Amino acid sequence: MTGNHQGLALVLFTVFVSVTLAITAWAGRRRSSSVEFFAGGRLFSPLENGFAIAGDYMSAASFLGISGLIALFGYDGMLYSVGFLVAWLLVLLLVAELVRNCGRYTLADVLTARMRQRPVRIAAGTSSVIVSVLYLVAQMVGAGSLVSLLLGGQGSAARTWTVIGVGALMVFYVAFGGMRATTWIQIVKTVLLMGGTITLTVLVLLRFHGDLGALLRSAADGSGHGREFLGPGMLYGQSWTDRLDFISLGLALVLGTAGLPHILSRFYTVPTARSARRSVVWAIGLIGGFYLMTIVLGFGAAALVGSHTVRASNAAGNTAVPLLALDLGGGAGSTGGTVLFAVVGAVAFATILAVVAGITLASSASVAHDLHATLRRRKAAPGGKRRENQDVRVARVAAVCIGGVAIALSLFAQGQNVAFLVGLAFAVAASANLPALLFTLFWRRFTTRGTVWAIYGGLVPAVALVVLSPVVSGSPQSLFPGVDFQYFPLENPGLVSIPLGFAAGWLGTVLSRERADEDKFAEVEVRSLTGAGAV
Amino acid sequence: MNEHDQAETGGLRVDDPWYDVLAAGEWEGPEPPPVSLPSQARPADDHARVYREVQASGPFQEVRSRYRRFVFPAAAAFLAWYLLYVVLATAAPRLMARPLLGELNVAMVLGLAQFASTFLLTWAYARHARLRRDRAALDLRWDTQERMR
Repeated sequence: MTGNHQGLALVLFTVFVSVTLAITAWAGRRRSSSVEFFAGGRLFSPLENGFAIAGDYMSAASFLGISGLIALFGYDGMLYSVGFLVAWLLVLLLVAELVRNCGRYTLADVLTARMRQRPVRIAAGTSSVIVSVLYLVAQMVGAGSLVSLLLGGQGSAARTWTVIGVGALMVFYVAFGGMRATTWIQIVKTVLLMGGTITLTVLVLLRFHGDLGALLRSAADGSGHGREFLGPGMLYGQSWTDRLDFISLGLALVLGTAGLPHILSRFYTVPTARSARRSVVWAIGLIGGFYLMTIVLGFGAAALVGSHTVRASNAAGNTAVPLLALDLGGGAGSTGGTVLFAVVGAVAFATILAVVAGITLASSASVAHDLHATLRRRKAAPGGKRRENQDVRVARVAAVCIGGVAIALSLFAQGQNVAFLVGLAFAVAASANLPALLFTLFWRRFTTRGTVWAIYGGLVPAVALVVLSPVVSGSPQSLFPGVDFQYFPLENPGLVSIPLGFAAGWLGTVLSRERADEDKFAEVEVRSLTGAGAV
Repeated sequence: MNEHDQAETGGLRVDDPWYDVLAAGEWEGPEPPPVSLPSQARPADDHARVYREVQASGPFQEVRSRYRRFVFPAAAAFLAWYLLYVVLATAAPRLMARPLLGELNVAMVLGLAQFASTFLLTWAYARHARLRRDRAALDLRWDTQERMR
């Protein structure tokens, strides 16, 4: 790495940060009602929201991580691209429109449309915050590694300051700009990310004169594994636990997206269910295109850079795309290579910043709107302007606190592989949030007890199984390599905890003393499908 | 409700290429039945009663069954197809590694087919919802809100 890379990447990144700060200042001038702060005024267009959803979803883990996995392990890495995209069908078909019609700001709004407020809000708020913090830590650890890789700061000081800087920026965006600023930051980031990815993909295809067969042939050669590289088994084929782990991860990916709080809160920024649907259609177009291109970039990196060089630079493959950019621009030392490398670094960093801002906003909304409102204001009369303003004030404080917690945890987990944290966040979302959400929307007999059981019955096993997994103890790569309390063989708990979440919801309902409120179910059904009474 | 009016009637199909492509196809099946709720209903001061009545009404049942008849089979099908793809990669790696088209092997073709089926189902659902559900659902929405006034 030369000084040129770092200088240019820093300049580009400073420009991005300045633009986002300007957006925040502009958005922060508006008066801060709840609708403004949590839903950006609800008047974004489907196109804008589609870009913002894509921005919330396409993390640096996808941009760098998936391409890197493909560059190292060929076909097995491609399974991530597929899972992350297919998940959106569930959101489109069963979740987006109905959630838009029934809710106001958070997941708990949808659930409490039928159920008793207090227990359900506390459960849904807790699980939303836990999912968000896990996801947040994954992204911030990623930011730390990225900076030490791209800017050459190998020391731990550079990492630490990066994590703190990212945390401070995201808190600032959220606390001062709310949903409006966060949404525009996502849109800018999506444009940058798509622009960067398209440029690199076109350059790769030009290098092979548009011949995909030639690209795959040289990728197989460059990997040092030959044709095996293009088939399954390089990463997840060693043993049966590996294979089960892969199925577990696949399940968590496809079911988790529909339970991610920061994705759900996106649907409240558009005026109607119909616009929510159209924003998801836009998002699927963008996300699908993006993941198709990550496949080209991954094989391109294997072909042009070579798996061996990629692995030598970073064992997890995270530098495959920057190295590919360097090569495509003309190699190390050339102007083109320097520029492309710096652009990729700045885009990846912008990606992380935007994603963490979106998650922080969603979790602070859960704290203010669900947890604080329920725990602190039992006796106060609901509604009214004062209450609204108080929600926003609490959310700002919550953003600062969550930012602090995430920074601290990220510093602690700095040496960790970020992929497992992302997979875990998806697994918890799929186990705790999705069963309660689907049962509420579609099951007539579902009760308050069923809801609470579904949430805790997915949340607790998911977290417990991770604590007992090889991720935390019992192997050299664990969080605590010194001790061994590993009793669960899989790294991802989804295969067990997701069915448990659904089973707990069913069991809680069957064992309820109270019957489901038919009137409330009629209301939820009519509202969710027609939009009557939607805010 | 102003927000809603603005977005539904205002710049709808200005900026959405998917939308225009979809709009080109004409739905040729029967029109959704006209909305007529039991009109002997009492003055709607009780929201719960209105919701129950709307829920029991023919037009709402029609909207709901159109929605469910599409999404339940579609969701089951795509989940099964995705799980098949994941399980095949782990259970039958040999089959998946078999070359099919030049450099493309079975696994890659299936992976690309997942992308294709996702785009196709997205298109089909958006089209189905727009042509067979949106109009009737919007009528029901205004009607329900009118009765609760």
